[in-house]
Formats: sequence, C-alpha cells, structure tokens
Amino acid sequence: MKRLTTLLTLLTLSTSVLANQFAIVGGKVHTLSGQGTLDEATVLIKDGVIESIVSGSDVPLGYERIDAQGKVVTPGFIGAYTALGLVEVGFSAGQVDASTTEHPVTTIGAAIDVSYGINADSTLIPITRMEGFTSAATGIESSEYLFKGQGAFIQLTDDEPLLKPRAFMALSVNNSSASDAGGTRGTLWVALKQILSEAKFAADFRTSNSLIPTQHWHGVSTRTDAQALYDVIRGNSPLLIKADRKADILNIIGLKSEFPKLNIVIVSASDAWRVADKLAAAQIPVILNPEYNLPGAFDTLGATLANAGRLEKAGVKVAIGIETHNIRLATQHAGNAVANGMSYDAALAALSRNVAEIYGMQDTLGSLAKGMRADVVVWSGDPLEVAEAAEHVFIGGQPTKMESRQTLLRDRYLKLQQDKPMGYIRP
Amino acid sequence: MNYKNKPTWMLAAITATILSTTTLVGCGDDADSQIQTTTTDKVVINPDPFPSTYTPIPSTTTLITNVTIIDGIGGMQANSQILMADGKIIGLGADIDTPDDVTIIDGAGKYVTPGIIDTHSHLGVYPSPDTRSHADGNEMTSPVTAQVWAEHSVWPQDPGFQRALAGGVTALQILPGSANLFGGRSVVLKNLPDRTVQDMKFPDAPYGIKMACGENPKRVYGKKGGPATRMANVAGYRKAWIGAAEYKAKWEQYEADVEAGKDVKAPKRDLNNETLKGVLDGDIIVHMHCYRADEMVVMMDVMKEFNYQIGSFHHAVEGYKIADKLAQNNVCASMWADWWGFKLEAYDAIRENIPMVHAAGACAVVHSDSDIGIQRLNQEAAKAWSDGRRAGIDISQADAWQWLAANPAKSLGIFDQTGSLEVGKNADVVLWSADPFSTYAQAEKVYIDGGLAFDRSAPDTWPVSDFELGQIGEGDHK
Repeated sequence: MKRLTTLLTLLTLSTSVLANQFAIVGGKVHTLSGQGTLDEATVLIKDGVIESIVSGSDVPLGYERIDAQGKVVTPGFIGAYTALGLVEVGFSAGQVDASTTEHPVTTIGAAIDVSYGINADSTLIPITRMEGFTSAATGIESSEYLFKGQGAFIQLTDDEPLLKPRAFMALSVNNSSASDAGGTRGTLWVALKQILSEAKFAADFRTSNSLIPTQHWHGVSTRTDAQALYDVIRGNSPLLIKADRKADILNIIGLKSEFPKLNIVIVSASDAWRVADKLAAAQIPVILNPEYNLPGAFDTLGATLANAGRLEKAGVKVAIGIETHNIRLATQHAGNAVANGMSYDAALAALSRNVAEIYGMQDTLGSLAKGMRADVVVWSGDPLEVAEAAEHVFIGGQPTKMESRQTLLRDRYLKLQQDKPMGYIRP
Repeated sequence: MNYKNKPTWMLAAITATILSTTTLVGCGDDADSQIQTTTTDKVVINPDPFPSTYTPIPSTTTLITNVTIIDGIGGMQANSQILMADGKIIGLGADIDTPDDVTIIDGAGKYVTPGIIDTHSHLGVYPSPDTRSHADGNEMTSPVTAQVWAEHSVWPQDPGFQRALAGGVTALQILPGSANLFGGRSVVLKNLPDRTVQDMKFPDAPYGIKMACGENPKRVYGKKGGPATRMANVAGYRKAWIGAAEYKAKWEQYEADVEAGKDVKAPKRDLNNETLKGVLDGDIIVHMHCYRADEMVVMMDVMKEFNYQIGSFHHAVEGYKIADKLAQNNVCASMWADWWGFKLEAYDAIRENIPMVHAAGACAVVHSDSDIGIQRLNQEAAKAWSDGRRAGIDISQADAWQWLAANPAKSLGIFDQTGSLEVGKNADVVLWSADPFSTYAQAEKVYIDGGLAFDRSAPDTWPVSDFELGQIGEGDHK
C-alpha cells in the first residue's frame, strides 16, 4: 500500500512537471495551414508551441491527454476589431479607455496610443477567452477625430496581455466621420491627404531632428501625430479605414495608388461587394460583420448578407468580427456568412488566419503548424454552430480556466432556494 | 397566460364604432310623446379609433409533407404533415384527409414551426435609415407619456420588416422606447408590410403599454426635473397609478349614474389616464423594461398595490435571480440570449438566463430589441437552449420553441389566434431548410394566415419597401 501511495505521488508529481506537454487527441483538426483539415488527428503541444500535428490518435509518452474524439480543434480565434481591455461597461458607468475627448497632444487623433489603457483584469477577457478567442486587435471605439489612434494586439490572458503595442492605425471616412470632419467628404479627404503628406515628409526627414520642440512645425497634425504615422506611411503598420459606400471605397483604392506603401484594410465595408474585383486587385483586405444587411444610413444602402461570400469569390481576404463585449459571437456571424454563400474554410480563416495576416501576426498565430504558438481550442462540435461551444482553450501552450464572472453568477443562482442569503453562496 | 380580461376587451371591440349610444324611451312619430322621455347621451369611449384594416394575402390550400413538425407547445413529430386552408391550420399529423385541389410541398429533411413572434421590436418607430427625421420611438419630453401610441410613429416602409420576414417572424410588438416611466402604447402587427400601419395591425390584439425601470428614466430626466434616482422612478409610477385610479373611479361613477337614469356629464377625457385606466381594467397589457432582479420584484409589489398585471418584463437580464418569483406572479420575461455589459444594469447577464427562467416554471420569451437580432431569433433560442443543457438544464427543443411563439403570443394576448401549430389556429407557419437550432438553417417559406409571404426560392416575389425601390441593391439577396 505504501508503495502504491509513493507511485501515485510520483505520478502526480510527474504530471505537474510535465504540464508543459499536452496532446489533444483524435479530433477533427482544422489547421488553417498547409496541412488542411484532418478528420482524426492529434495535436502535440510542447513548451508553448505546436510540436506536431499527426493523423490518428497515437500519443507518445509523457503528454497530458485531452480527448478530442468526435470534437473539433481549431486555432484560437482572433477578435478582428474590438475594444477588449479598454472598456468594462460602456455607458454611464465610469471611465472608458475606448473613447476620446479633445486633447492638445493631437489635432487629428493619430497620436492616441491605447496600449497604455489595456486592463488585464477586465472581466471581458475570461468571458471572451472561454468561448474560443485567444487574442484580439483592440482600439478606440468612439472618437470625433478623423483618426481613431493606434490600436494594440493583445492575447486574452490575465497577465501581460500586450503582444504588440501600436499594432495598427485606425481611421474612418464614412458618413459620420465626414460630418465630424468639416461636414463634408470634400474636407475630410483633403485633410487626410494633407496629413499623410505631412507624415511622409516628417518620416523622410526625421533623422535631421526636424521634429524637436525647438524646430517650427506648421502641420495640420501635431508633430506627435506625424510621428505616430511613420510606420503607417512606410507600410509597416496596417491602416484600418472604416468605410461603407462604394464611392468611399474607390477613394481608398485611389489613396493606395497615391501612397503605394500604405497597408490598407477596410473595416465595415457594406458596399464592398460592388467593387470586389478592384479590392482584390489592390490586395486590400476587409474586416466586416456579415450579418449587417440594413440601409442604416445613406452610405450603407447596398448592405447584404451576401457581402462576405461575394468578396471571397472575388479573391478578397475577409476577416469577420467587429464587436467588443460579444466578439465571442463572431463564430455565429461567420456561420451566417456560410449560410449566405461564403465557403466554410474561408469563414474559419476569417476568424483566424486572415486576421493574423492583417496584423502581421501570421508567423505565430492564426493557424496550427509546427512551431506556431499553441493557441488551440477544442470545440464540442462545429464552432460555427450556435449550439456548440468551446470546451478547452489553450493560450501559449497552457490550458486556461473555463470560468468567468458569468459562470460564477450562473452557478450561484442555479438553485434559488437556499437556507442563507445568496451572498453566502460561493460557487 | 390567458389574459384575464379578454372577454371585456372583446366586448369593447364590438362597440368599437359606436361613439355614443342614445337611449330614447318611447321614441315615436308623435312629437308630444317625446316630451315624456328622458334622453341621456351616454358617452362611451371608442377603444379602437384606428381599427385594423389588415387583410391576408391570397392563399391556396397547402400541404407540407414528410416534414418534422415542432408544434410550439412541446410537441415534435418526425415525418409529419401540416395542411393549411383559408388562412387556418386544418390538419396536422401523418393521417389527414387531403383535399383534391392542394399545393403539395415536400418537406423531407426540413422543419415546420409556428411563425416567430417578437415581443420587443422598434421597427417602424426607429426605422432604417437611422436618421433624426425618422427616429420617432421615444417621447423624451416628460417621464409619463402614456398618451402616446407607437402606431402613430410606425413608418410601414421600414425595410427592417422585410428582413425580419426572411427570418421567419410573422407577428411583432412595436414598442415605444424606454426613456419614460410610462412610454406609451404599443401595437401588435402582422409582419406583412403594407401602405399603412392600420393595414398591418393584428386584428383583436390587445394594446400594450411600455413602462421602464432603472437607468434610462433617471439618466434622461435626472437634469430635467426628475426622476433622478430609482426611488423617484417608483414614486413616479405610484403617483401615476393613484391618478389613474381616481380617473377610473370617476368614469365608473359616471357609468353607474347613467345606469341609474341620472342626467350627468361625462368626465373630461384624458388620454394619458385613459391608457392607464385600460391597464387597471385589464384591457391593456404592461410590458416593462427592467434589467435588475431587485427592481423587478419592487415592480411586482407596485403591481399588487394597484391591482394590475404585468404581462412581461423586457430584457430581464437578471431574471434568473428571481425566476421563482416571476413564476409565482405569472409574469413573463422577454430576454436576449447573450447581450451583456453595455450598461451597468446589464452587467450580470448570463448565457443561461432564458433556460433558468424556464426551468423555474416561469414564462420565458426570446426577444430581439434589434433590427438585426430579429432576423435570427431561432438562433438566439438555440444558443440559450444549448447553454442551458451544458449547465444541466435539460429542456427539449420542442419545449424551447415556446420561447419563440407560444409564450410571446401569450404575453401579447394573441395566443387564441396564433403562436402554436394547432388545428383551427391561424396558419402562421415557417418551413425551415434544416433544424432551426442550427446556424445554417434558413426560413424557406413563411406563411402568414396561410398566405405565402416569403419564398426564399423565388427572389422575384420578395417584398421590397418603397424606400429601397430604385436604390442600390433593390431586391438583392438581403
């Protein structure tokens, strides 16, 4: 008996020692990489990365097994356009770091840097993570500036969420932005081109210290704005432009020919299907909500559920997911894109690989392949089905707790008749 | 819930067109005899001054065969049939007599359900496009505006109606917004957009009234004379009910006096109190925007204090905390599957709210409050159903469909006409391409009163609102 106890102790110890190696066994694996979809495969995770993905259910010794028979395995999904970590409760509930008011450091909004505002303790992070989302782009949601500032790319962990500060620059040229920017697109676009020219000038001459405070600067943008645009003007940082109307999208395509280095991504894009071929030719990807199908304004009259599928057919790279508290529903959005003409593989890519590519994270995130970071999700079934759910979520090779403030509230109230006040019931 | 005073309502509807009745005793040709008579013009308020002019679209006798039927009241039958004629369901089940002249639709691999009914929509009052000129849903000028009627704001050309139809919605309640303690009357519509709101009004549906708890009234009126707090909200409801009870007593006294043959003058009409009196009389159903559990329980006490019935709490994101009390008080909860956190009173939302309310024996309703969400209410139910199962609340799909049709119909007072597939009921029916608890299922055919209102396979027949005619994407796959 004593020997058995010792053996068990050893086993327990070895498990904790080996908690760096996991085998997700026998699931249908959508790798989103060159390995395609494997009907029954095993994903081996070691030291935070994918060690291998092999067909079958064989597991070498020394791996903690996670049974995925009959289940579906995908890369961790990526929130394509969110304000995660920047907002807890948006309305009448205190500070929100996803909206801006005027400040002299910026005249156009480009200087804003949300990376200082990311709150790792936000309840949105576990709530989103336990539904299969492991990372996200996050930025300003509401601003009257033309530019919405520099967004960040985060992982949905409780510690050190910031993977890439200043990961993108956001801008809006739709109806409401025109109304804020001098009341007309006639002002907005002139201002935008002027700002980009100033940034280009500043970037070209920055080695000569032209932007030190003792030098004169007479830009429309502040010198901090211009500096924030260096990486954008050189194409190192994507420029996300919110636009819907066909004419606006054509203006954006024109902007790209004028500033060829710009790495432009169009956000929202309800009329994009009408110029799909041109977007494909200009290699401009799109981030959209495929469920948006109403003429909510005079620049979204073409909105249709078929948008995502039509763009895919034309060869446009599509990402799905514009939300914050419920970015977790992007799987449902993608499923509805499939129901309305998008291919299943493209819909999965729209939640993972395409998002990673848009943000330049594709070497580590967005697909499952040897050496990629082990952000892996095991689903009860098809992740795009509303009645299925994530069951295991790995980030950086570590399992995450499938618990959130919402599950704790649920568990407290599952039984209403208690002999003590609810405050004493600790789930 | 069988709405307790439905008979009263029906009676009132019969007198609908009679503005006043004249009692003449011994009326005859002889002028002298009239001197002997007492003439009393009894003033009767017309309860239906904007009567429904709805007419169903033409229908043919239709049989759907080989189909899985979810009847909406807990039944589910594979390989079954449904027969519709003259606007009604006239046959259900494997063995039914089929008339000769019948359109037969093979439903193999498909599902039939009752049409979806949304208890909470702002289509028409907050239409697309979303402009200030058409934003007519919220009379934010005073906290008590029971005198306004949503139907007077409904723009029937809102393209949202057609989108909802493609999602299988056959009837919906249009509510005023939630800025006010009393926001005004709602209207129940058939989702068959036409030239006027009267053309869409659901015949014989009772009126509802929108009330609101919590953040919205205090935010809107906090710096405009109040209420600025939740306690002032409650004081505001009680004050209004006290006034309404006085108004009701005055009219009842008047009616008793007329009955007794007294020559009395009718009380002065007051549109605000007229609506509130309708609630106290049991003719108008209360639909109350309320998120927090504690506030809902306070409101059920106010309900008892003034002896009226709340039909449904709307949003009720904390319904799960007091589901037992909702059941005890016979109050429905109209809920989202997973909206949360957009304001503090929505911070405690959980995914299992709907199944937990259902499991406690209360009347659970899936609602949209959204021109996008209304297009996929079946998916909202599917999410709630599956989240409940994962938490150990085992509800069948057949029972869960009650959230989409039967329970909404009950909370709107129209369950005698629609909300389930039963012989004799209105043929408000959806044929789904697949299991409607799947993301990929789509409404293929939507019947309203037996008429084929939407046919996914025939784009030329899709309704297009005036607004979208001649615009980009007219008649497109929406």
